[in-house]
Amino acid sequence: MDFFNTLVFLFDSTIRLSVPLLLAALAGLYSERSGIFDIGLEGKMLAGAFAAGSAAAVTGSAWAGLAAAVVVAVFLALVHGFASITHRGNQIVSGVAINFIAAGSTIILGQAWFAQGGRTPLLGDEARFGAIEFPFAQALSGVPLIGPIYSGLLSGHSLIAYIAFLLVPFTWWVLFRTRFGLRLRAVGENPAAVDTAGISVAWLRYRAVICTGILTGLAGTYLALAQNAGFVKDMTAGRGYIALAALIFAKWRPVPVMLACLLFGFLDAFSIRVQGTALPLIGQLPVQFMQALPYILTVILLAGFIGKAEPPRAGGIPYVKER
Amino acid sequence: MSVPFAKLPAWADYGLIPLINLAVAFLVAGLVVLLVGENPLRAAVILIDGALGRGQAIAYTLYYATSFIFTGLAVAVAFHCGLFNIGGEGQAYVGGLGVALVCLAFDSVFPWWLTFPLAIAGSALLGAAWAFIPAYLQARRGSHIVITTIMFNFIAASLMVYLLVNVLKPASSQAPQTRTFLEGGQLPKLNWLLEAFGFSVRSAPLNVSFLLALLAAFLVWVLIWRTRLGYEIRTRGHSPKAARYAGVGESRIIIVTMLISGALAGMMALNPVMGDQNRLAIDFVTGAGFVGIAVALMGRSHPAGIVPAAILFGILYQGGAELAFEMPGISRDMIVIIQGLVILFAGALEHMFRPALQALFASFGSRSVAAEAKQRGGA
Repeated sequence: MDFFNTLVFLFDSTIRLSVPLLLAALAGLYSERSGIFDIGLEGKMLAGAFAAGSAAAVTGSAWAGLAAAVVVAVFLALVHGFASITHRGNQIVSGVAINFIAAGSTIILGQAWFAQGGRTPLLGDEARFGAIEFPFAQALSGVPLIGPIYSGLLSGHSLIAYIAFLLVPFTWWVLFRTRFGLRLRAVGENPAAVDTAGISVAWLRYRAVICTGILTGLAGTYLALAQNAGFVKDMTAGRGYIALAALIFAKWRPVPVMLACLLFGFLDAFSIRVQGTALPLIGQLPVQFMQALPYILTVILLAGFIGKAEPPRAGGIPYVKER
Repeated sequence: MSVPFAKLPAWADYGLIPLINLAVAFLVAGLVVLLVGENPLRAAVILIDGALGRGQAIAYTLYYATSFIFTGLAVAVAFHCGLFNIGGEGQAYVGGLGVALVCLAFDSVFPWWLTFPLAIAGSALLGAAWAFIPAYLQARRGSHIVITTIMFNFIAASLMVYLLVNVLKPASSQAPQTRTFLEGGQLPKLNWLLEAFGFSVRSAPLNVSFLLALLAAFLVWVLIWRTRLGYEIRTRGHSPKAARYAGVGESRIIIVTMLISGALAGMMALNPVMGDQNRLAIDFVTGAGFVGIAVALMGRSHPAGIVPAAILFGILYQGGAELAFEMPGISRDMIVIIQGLVILFAGALEHMFRPALQALFASFGSRSVAAEAKQRGGA
């Protein structure tokens, strides 16, 4: 029973840790499926977290924080779109630029506005997205087996976490069952064909990067207003890149994206849990190895040893209409 | 879009457009300073004075520039082959391991001028080795080098922390760093060079690796524009198809280019590790690998552009430190914003002002440009 409780606890933190990854990876999914590579997920998430933290601190409302995060992240996504769709710039370069701009400006503005060493003021419960308790969670918690799973694992996450997991089937539905989704996938594979059909390539891609902006804003909000009580400098700490890794790992498909994010979240939760304790058979693993594991797994996948990751065919190539 | 790609005179193409892009980047940075509630003009004056006002400051500026020349060259060499090496940060970090191992082994035996060539080889070797796996995967298995080099930055960071904490740290010490190198593992300072020009320098970390950086810039120019290998690299960069048709082995050229790029990034470690701190510490690269991207884009991947671009970023780093003293609202992180803006405007939005400029040249400028523009536009 003790082992079972540990397991529930481990899976619970897995869910918590994988939510920002999941939101960011789904964000990247929209953009990359439309043919716009985005390594600026990290920056947009960071800027979103900062906007959420600042707006929630000033207004005292979590919803205002969410709105600010989405606006800021969409703005950065549009900058990326402006550079890579309108001006046909290098998408990688543009993404790198956005990461730097976000990393620098969140610290500078945070220090100038709040003077707390780059962090935003600590938020009270009313300015955060708190835990949502499922009905009867209290009553059922004593029931063996079902109790811990229902009230320990499934109940008690923030609203954004539930939204994140609901977005997985939603994204699948949008991509594979709507006209917009069909066109989105087509524009990532063969923009010329979409153009020939009389559909604007640029407008489709702009809509895709706007979706990316909204979701990275959500991811940032989760970090600042649900997982923590305010923005802390550099709080994304490479999650945008792990999300990117998850996206590739999942071969740009929604449900595998969720599984990949859960896997990377689990690795994270597991490494926190086993820190300093020896494992059976393997012995004590260095913390640094566990931290590097998602990246190592991604490289192995990219090398084609766990199936081949085929990116959208037109990804990274600016579309030129007149030839 | 009536005049898509009319030709501009060379001076406008290589001088004016980068300058306009740079000016816009700084203009936006000025807006950020305004947003913080400080005067951007005063900030610029403090920054420039802090970076170039005294001999001491100039020495620091050149010290930072040294690192950026190496990483800028590393990114540029890869650019010429059509590859984007974002892994300079990790390659430099692992390159530091090469420097440290050589210094720890020989610093009590050899004088510095014998350790130095060995350390150069060590840093280049390990930097290149760290670039080899992404290069191999790109060349042979088609995995995207941008993603793999990003992943390798993170893996390098974890690996180095592990090695410093568990292997390289002396048992008596708490801090995760190697012991301090002896005299034979310390590069001589270059302050006499500035003093020869009449500046006074009290103590600054500028060291002989600056000269090595200049030499490397020259050698990269020779390599890219004066050798057969450089020609092959550029051919692959312009058109992989043409290169294949001309019999250039694609995977060989990718791997060789990335090895050179990684070696250059690794050599960056000489400057801080052997020239300044005299020990290997955590996070000694401090973003220099990423600054290299901005430097290479600004310098248009040409050594003659990279050296001044690196010095400009040296000015920003050193002046930024001074600025942080004078204006409490602005810390050194301002540089990160400027870096991002330079990458955005000189890189991704490189061609934003081209159509406008072409129209301008067409209406005011020489008739031939206008005629050619019209001809192309009509075609």
